Amino acid sequence: MTTQSEITAEIEAAEADAARRVAGGELPALQPRLDYPAYRSTGLRHPTHELMRADPEEIERVSPTFGHSDVNVLESDLTIQHAGEPIGERITVSGRVLDGEGRPVRGQLIEVWQANSAGRYVHKRDQHPAPLDPNFSGVGRAITGDDGGYRFTTIRPGPYPWLNHVNAWRPAHIHFSLFGTAFTQRLITQMYFPGDPLFALDPIYQSITDPAARARLLGHYTHDDSVPEFSLGYRWDIVLTGPRATWMEAEGSDV
Amino acid sequence: MSEELKFVQTPSQTIGPFFGFALPIERGEQLVPGHRAGAIRLHGTVTDGAGEPVIDAVVEAWQADETGAISTECGVLARDGYGFTGFGRTSTNLAGAYSFTTVKPGAVGRSAPYVLITIFARGLTRHLFTRAYFPEDVDAHAGDAVLSAAGGRAGTLVSVADGDGSYRFDIRLQGENETVYLDFDA
Repeated sequence: MTTQSEITAEIEAAEADAARRVAGGELPALQPRLDYPAYRSTGLRHPTHELMRADPEEIERVSPTFGHSDVNVLESDLTIQHAGEPIGERITVSGRVLDGEGRPVRGQLIEVWQANSAGRYVHKRDQHPAPLDPNFSGVGRAITGDDGGYRFTTIRPGPYPWLNHVNAWRPAHIHFSLFGTAFTQRLITQMYFPGDPLFALDPIYQSITDPAARARLLGHYTHDDSVPEFSLGYRWDIVLTGPRATWMEAEGSDV
Repeated sequence: MSEELKFVQTPSQTIGPFFGFALPIERGEQLVPGHRAGAIRLHGTVTDGAGEPVIDAVVEAWQADETGAISTECGVLARDGYGFTGFGRTSTNLAGAYSFTTVKPGAVGRSAPYVLITIFARGLTRHLFTRAYFPEDVDAHAGDAVLSAAGGRAGTLVSVADGDGSYRFDIRLQGENETVYLDFDA
């Protein structure tokens, strides 16, 4: 099986290739490569044809409509879903969801999921010997506010092993699933924590070959968001694509 | 007016592998209940470059109703067993198969009727968009910009009637008959 040093060499080669392309006049890639060999699962799953440019029709320029009938306000606190307190470092993650023009994306659904503090997911295929926490499911949802803002209270997730190569560990992260005001803004991504020693080793994070683009996935520790005697605060803003759709105020919405 | 500010897009990351406890929604595969008049089945298999089933994909559907109207109703996640919200989400099973219960959409704008399909999976660093068109709309297909641009690969965007009110739309991530995936430049 592949060693970490072989994977790391592939990661470094891909980044050098990306840097050469930028030096040659190409724009830095904002998105991860669909074909990123160091992340072995991309091998048989990346399309080999270029994506086809298309003008979005009306259905693609609008999005499903969510509201508080879908999401209970309590779902944004992942620490109160069970009878007891979950184990780990309590954190809040807050920020704003913006579109490509910097406008707030209001009244839209954010879904998050994550491992517990020991790096274990509540998932039957996650069988590595870290304990499940009976007081932590690791799932939350929220609807963005008028300023595009969101806020989750949760437990800092742990790193966990995966089977890409020998001794492969994912940096700690929280998955985010987002809807914008156009379906073309749909995004699933991961927020990471600053200073993680696993970044350089992780082919999923490194599949974004541009260092500045990668850095956009880091939440920032903000001491002002920390709550005395309670939690540490992280802030992470998310930018969706700039819709070509005409901007419309939500009408009659219950956001 | 204020000067235009450009905000830089947040990169995508894979959904995989452990979303199964978080994203599926109850009856998410039902854009309408199966007993509704005019209900159809839109289903297929997601396969990789070796033709093997992709057993850990999330497939989402977003579409207009029979008349071409787009739902603006709040409450897309909750399914009351009657309404049409236009949005569906399901996961592939151990055979790589997915299935939606929905209605055939009416045409929106100048394009032929279609369902917008989104695919997420382990190994997909970004989600993929495609469209599932319907085989009987031959005349409308001739004037459809996406089908025209797809040329010889347009057939991968058209579902196959495989029974009464049932349409099969297989999604091939790679390889022979690889599905056409769309970039909306939005």
